[in-house]
Amino acid sequence: MLVSYKWLNDYIKVNEDPVKLADQISRTGIETEEVFRRDEGQKKIVVGHVLECVPHPNSDHLHICQVDVGESEPYQIVCGAPNVAAGQYVIVALPNSWIAGHTKIKKSKMRGEVSMGMICALQEIGFPDSVAPKEYASGIWVFAEPHTPGESVFPLLGMDDPVLNVDITPNRADTLGMHGAAWEIGAMLDEKPHFPEPHITETGADIHTLLQASVPDSSDAPSYNLRIVENVQIKDSPLWLQVRLMNAGIRPINNIVDITNYVMLTYGQPLHAFDYDKLAQKEILVRRARAGEKLMTLDGNDHDLVPDDIVITDGQKPIALAGVMGGLETEVTDTTKTVVFESAVFPPTPIRKTAQRYNLRSEASSRFEKGTNHADVLTALTYAAQLAGEIADAQTAKGVLSPTAMKVLPTVVDISIDRINHVLGTQLTVDQVRKIFDRLGFGVDEADGLFTVSVPPRRWDISIEADLIEEVARLYGYDNLPSTLPQATTTVAHHTPIQKLIRYSKRTLLAAGLNEAISYALVNEQEAGQYVQAQSVPTKIDWPMTKDHVALRQSLIPGLMDDLAYNIAHSVKNVQLFEQGRVFLKDDAQTVRPNEVEYLAGLISGEWQSRAWDTATQAADFYLVKGIVEDLLAPLRLSTPVRYAATDQYPEMHPGRTANIFLGDTLIGFVGEVHPAQTAAINASDTFVFQLDLDILLNAAKTPLLATPAPKYPAVTRDIALQLPETVTNAQVLAVIHDHAGAFLEDVQLFDVYKGDKLPAGTQSLAYTLTFRNPEATLTEDEVNKAFQKVSDELVDALHAEIR
Amino acid sequence: MALQDELTKIKTDALTQIAAAADLNALNDIRVQVLGKKGSLTGVLRGMKDLTPEERPKVGSFANTVRDALTEAIEKRHAALSAQALQAKLAQETIDVTLPGRPVHRGTMHVLDQVMEDVESLFMGMGYQVVDGPEVETEHYNFEMLNVPKDHPARDMQDTFYITPDVLLRSQTSPVQARTLEKHDFSQGPLKMISPGRVYRRDTDDATHSHQFHQIEGLVIDKHITMGDLKGTLEVLARHVFGPDRKIRLRPSYFPFTEPSVEVDVSWGSKTGSDDVTSKDNGWVEVLGAGMVHPNVLKSAGVDADVYGGFAFGLGPDRFAMLKYDIEDIRNFYLNDQRFLTQFQQEGE
Repeated sequence: MLVSYKWLNDYIKVNEDPVKLADQISRTGIETEEVFRRDEGQKKIVVGHVLECVPHPNSDHLHICQVDVGESEPYQIVCGAPNVAAGQYVIVALPNSWIAGHTKIKKSKMRGEVSMGMICALQEIGFPDSVAPKEYASGIWVFAEPHTPGESVFPLLGMDDPVLNVDITPNRADTLGMHGAAWEIGAMLDEKPHFPEPHITETGADIHTLLQASVPDSSDAPSYNLRIVENVQIKDSPLWLQVRLMNAGIRPINNIVDITNYVMLTYGQPLHAFDYDKLAQKEILVRRARAGEKLMTLDGNDHDLVPDDIVITDGQKPIALAGVMGGLETEVTDTTKTVVFESAVFPPTPIRKTAQRYNLRSEASSRFEKGTNHADVLTALTYAAQLAGEIADAQTAKGVLSPTAMKVLPTVVDISIDRINHVLGTQLTVDQVRKIFDRLGFGVDEADGLFTVSVPPRRWDISIEADLIEEVARLYGYDNLPSTLPQATTTVAHHTPIQKLIRYSKRTLLAAGLNEAISYALVNEQEAGQYVQAQSVPTKIDWPMTKDHVALRQSLIPGLMDDLAYNIAHSVKNVQLFEQGRVFLKDDAQTVRPNEVEYLAGLISGEWQSRAWDTATQAADFYLVKGIVEDLLAPLRLSTPVRYAATDQYPEMHPGRTANIFLGDTLIGFVGEVHPAQTAAINASDTFVFQLDLDILLNAAKTPLLATPAPKYPAVTRDIALQLPETVTNAQVLAVIHDHAGAFLEDVQLFDVYKGDKLPAGTQSLAYTLTFRNPEATLTEDEVNKAFQKVSDELVDALHAEIR
Repeated sequence: MALQDELTKIKTDALTQIAAAADLNALNDIRVQVLGKKGSLTGVLRGMKDLTPEERPKVGSFANTVRDALTEAIEKRHAALSAQALQAKLAQETIDVTLPGRPVHRGTMHVLDQVMEDVESLFMGMGYQVVDGPEVETEHYNFEMLNVPKDHPARDMQDTFYITPDVLLRSQTSPVQARTLEKHDFSQGPLKMISPGRVYRRDTDDATHSHQFHQIEGLVIDKHITMGDLKGTLEVLARHVFGPDRKIRLRPSYFPFTEPSVEVDVSWGSKTGSDDVTSKDNGWVEVLGAGMVHPNVLKSAGVDADVYGGFAFGLGPDRFAMLKYDIEDIRNFYLNDQRFLTQFQQEGE
């Protein structure tokens, strides 16, 4: 809402610097986004009287004008506007003037003719297109009345009026009218606003002879009131009114439409004007729309109405969407003679829904949605009739049609001084608080520290204690509140087990050299199904904004792949990322709410170790990433062994270089190389990923940590090199060793793997160091040899190994 | 006394040679030549068997002094030559200490996570429990329980992603308030919690908007919690995150779940008094929203609003990080350009 400083001064004396005032308003009530003056940065723009206007000899559209700008001689000004004519009073930017957009106007020659400045359109001196009257939209502005040539246009056009742009929160719709704004600012400044009472003389016919009105269901319009004004002269509004509308951001249309807008801006009460002669039957009926009914609204759009819409009908058909927008058919036009003004209260929810349904948010509908001052519904109507008499030469018909009316009473709220001080932490006195209520214009009785506060209907946002406490707090000043810390019983804070596991995981991966990423959880249709380790279907959102974000992720890897693609596209080729976050899993499409599962995933692409002066380049590979996973899992002390099993189940992964990670028989994740087709699509080098389900790891059985003493007896090691068929895996060899090496086997380390020319085709060589130790005694050669022999024999038998 | 003369000569010659020995090898050669099994001294000692019993002890004793003297001389020379050799070796081993060290891999925590962990530890230190909540929420917890009934104009303040009319992606972390309030047993003491997490809104991504961002919700409910406590707590927060000299100020605002509601500005830079109250240039910048919990919120969760009350606040780690590190485009947080991410390597917890 735009609040004019001059208009405000009609109601309260405000002398504060507008910028300071704006800051004060922000501090005590409603946020003020900016203060502007239309004339800022402009100068030497004056009224000119066009004495003569002839076509330019060298142009088909330019005119040469002789313009009286208050100097001894008229100025010659070349003007290209189609509507320029002799006799007009116009806006002239003199030579060396500044107009909007930091533009300097200089004396110049246009096609050989001297031009001493420029005749201006409103848009050229800072008025936005949206407020400039339509008839001057593509030409210069012409004053309707004569003014003194050479006089500055700024006061005439209200351009010297500071305007506060306030951002009103939904609860403070009471300030969506100048009266409400004046109350608010008055309370802040401790000034009581004064509002003139509208007055009319009803000289027209009795309204009941002209029109009938009914609201069969009063909930459709709890207060519905009509007045008629006759013998209306439709014309432009006087300049002062047009200026007020333009400074409030509203385009002047004609006097009657301008009156409805002006009254709305004054009281916050939306009005509508119908052309009486266009009513098919002289019978206004407010009801719900019927299926099949149609209405063309003022903006020229046709709407098929639904029974939820509240409509105004003329006894036959809808002529307006109540509180939202009028119909085109009964619009006030140049030929209108008799006008029906409507001032009503409509219920917020249906208005909001209708406005949403037809995408017709208007100044009126937004006010009805948030509420209006019920006490002003008739006052506003009277004021409209008064203005119609003053600026449209109209006579007001006798009486008001009010098929429904509301009893408007103050809201009474009780509150004690102790309660206020208890909530605010203050030591306010009864007098201080009483003073604040008084500044707000609230009625107040007090006895023994208990206030009975009578809140006028204009503050319909206030109904409970907390609302009054807020009023006291903001007017007392938040700066004046004490600054303390809660004196509550001591509470103990600790991380939950999953929070601990998440923190551990992040720290481990950071230490391993991976950077933390946070990717979008909403992914595209294809990504939603990629790299998914669980049996699940994606959760789709109802009305996505873009194709890029349509479903919740079921895997963290698509996000990391997006991050990789972004990095590659920005020439970052070597990428090491991890992400911790939730995936959203559900069994079937019927399930609405997915399970939110904490996952952890990593991605390494390109070089892990870049070339350095003493270090060779090391590309990322499967075993690098697997090592990170192993390092992450080891300290968890999982009771069940972790195993890695080759898998080709992920279409996006390399079928020969991917392993599922199992905890016993439970799949907890996977590790492997991204399918070359995926990496090729984003020009990435070989890329390796892993993903783990942290929730499973959290709930898995753990072996408690109990100390064992450092070994007292020496260990004995034996190396064994095996030539094996290529198909035999390390896991198979380890299984045989563990099963047959006896109780004293402490550790097995693979120290060499060889495949190549020196071995027969189809074979490989694996070499292991076996460590034996008896924690109770020194092992004898014999014991070790026996155990070793058993292992060797079994490897030969079971795996066709050849001991080398 | 020929043997004694011989010994004296051996000693004199050997001492000269030892002194002249150029390196450890030469010294060792001398040791072998003189004191070795076939050495000259050893040879002389073998001739002792031809001496008379009276002469033997005398010559023997003399021979011992010679051997001791030579042994000591060799040891001394050995030590000196060793030191020399070490010096030479060290001199040879000199490296260019200005060559760079071998890189150690270390990842960088995401700057948003850094901000969140920082705020988390601050509040944990004050006894606030960290509570998580679902990202896929019900309309009930995201709105109704927070005093935002259906068709309330406040729903326009945040455009929400829906899955069904009743299920949505949470548009704020505030539903965790409602969930926690509902469960909390006040006979066990006050409720003090914060809840960091991801939230979603139907915004078109640009420099200042993101359809995904983060919030940290805070809530304190007890019998005697005041708005002064809210102010004091937020002061602690502002100073912790932005620096010890910061001031805060509260401005009235509106959130359906608090009353009074405030927006909180933190002092910034040195200028004050510009007309744009939310610009960094005028000395204040808006950082978060807060207020005293609305009685309807307490009632909905089954808490007696006449006995219990308190404050709630909600802050945006994205906004905090943008302000603190002068980041101009919120999309940076979610595109994960590694060069952007790794610049936030810094000392932390």
